[in-house]
Amino acid sequence: MSAFAPGAAVRVRDDWPETRGPCHIRTPHYVRGMEGRVIRRLGVFANPEDLAFARPAAQRALYHVAFDQPSIWREGKVGDEIFVEIFEHWLEPA
Amino acid sequence: MSPLLETDGESLLTALRSLLADKNLVSETEIAEARAATDAASPGQGARMVAKAWTDPAYRALMLADGRKAAEALGIPMLGAPPLGVLENTADIHNLIVCTLCSCYPRAVLGYPPFWYKSPAHRARAVRDPRGLLAEWGTVLGEGVRVRVVDSTADYRWMVLPLRPAGTDGWDEGRLASMVREGDMIGVTSPTVREPY
Repeated sequence: MSAFAPGAAVRVRDDWPETRGPCHIRTPHYVRGMEGRVIRRLGVFANPEDLAFARPAAQRALYHVAFDQPSIWREGKVGDEIFVEIFEHWLEPA
Repeated sequence: MSPLLETDGESLLTALRSLLADKNLVSETEIAEARAATDAASPGQGARMVAKAWTDPAYRALMLADGRKAAEALGIPMLGAPPLGVLENTADIHNLIVCTLCSCYPRAVLGYPPFWYKSPAHRARAVRDPRGLLAEWGTVLGEGVRVRVVDSTADYRWMVLPLRPAGTDGWDEGRLASMVREGDMIGVTSPTVREPY
């Protein structure tokens, strides 16, 4: 069961765990709080946020998410895009 | 100084490998296999895949569906390597692979990443100003071509299947493979027919 189907509009959580203490995050800061579109589900992988600290790591779904490149940076060319791999617990419906 | 710091590296490595084997954590065979795979990895491997995809439609379909299976089909060792995704450049889309977090790179098929791939300036500009970056590489995009930056942030590794350049009709796989450079397979450049001197 997958939470987000291909084409689903999603928003990356606007969360900054690095302000609360040591952590390991694979979600780039430039997409936090940004809206994107699910391309596809890539599979399930051990949560790197726990794996990095040798803690028991649950399997989490990983998605390829497309973002509009110029809307992230407020510069660039309309139509260009950025694909980012984002774990399900960082995504919410947009 | 502690004896550990005074011992030479080779002896330490031998001791560590013996311990790993004694504890059944990693066997000598597994280490030998991993070393062979690392030594075999180079841009030439990825170039073989690209050349085959250009000449064999069934292989191209396999490569786009499952990069790992396509690599293994050419005898490229993928043991322990992350999943490999292959993204195709088309008349409308140019893919550019980067890792803004660090240096994720499709090492199993391209070998070690070039030094500039890991530089903070390259990584930052690839996502913020990809067209400026490509222009500095001398990469000219066709009219109406959209840029797709692919930021390798997690468990996949990505490579680009570039467009087969004009002027290569009738070339065999070996000749095609010899023209494909590492930059072509992460999208900073595109393969071009170079005139002989």
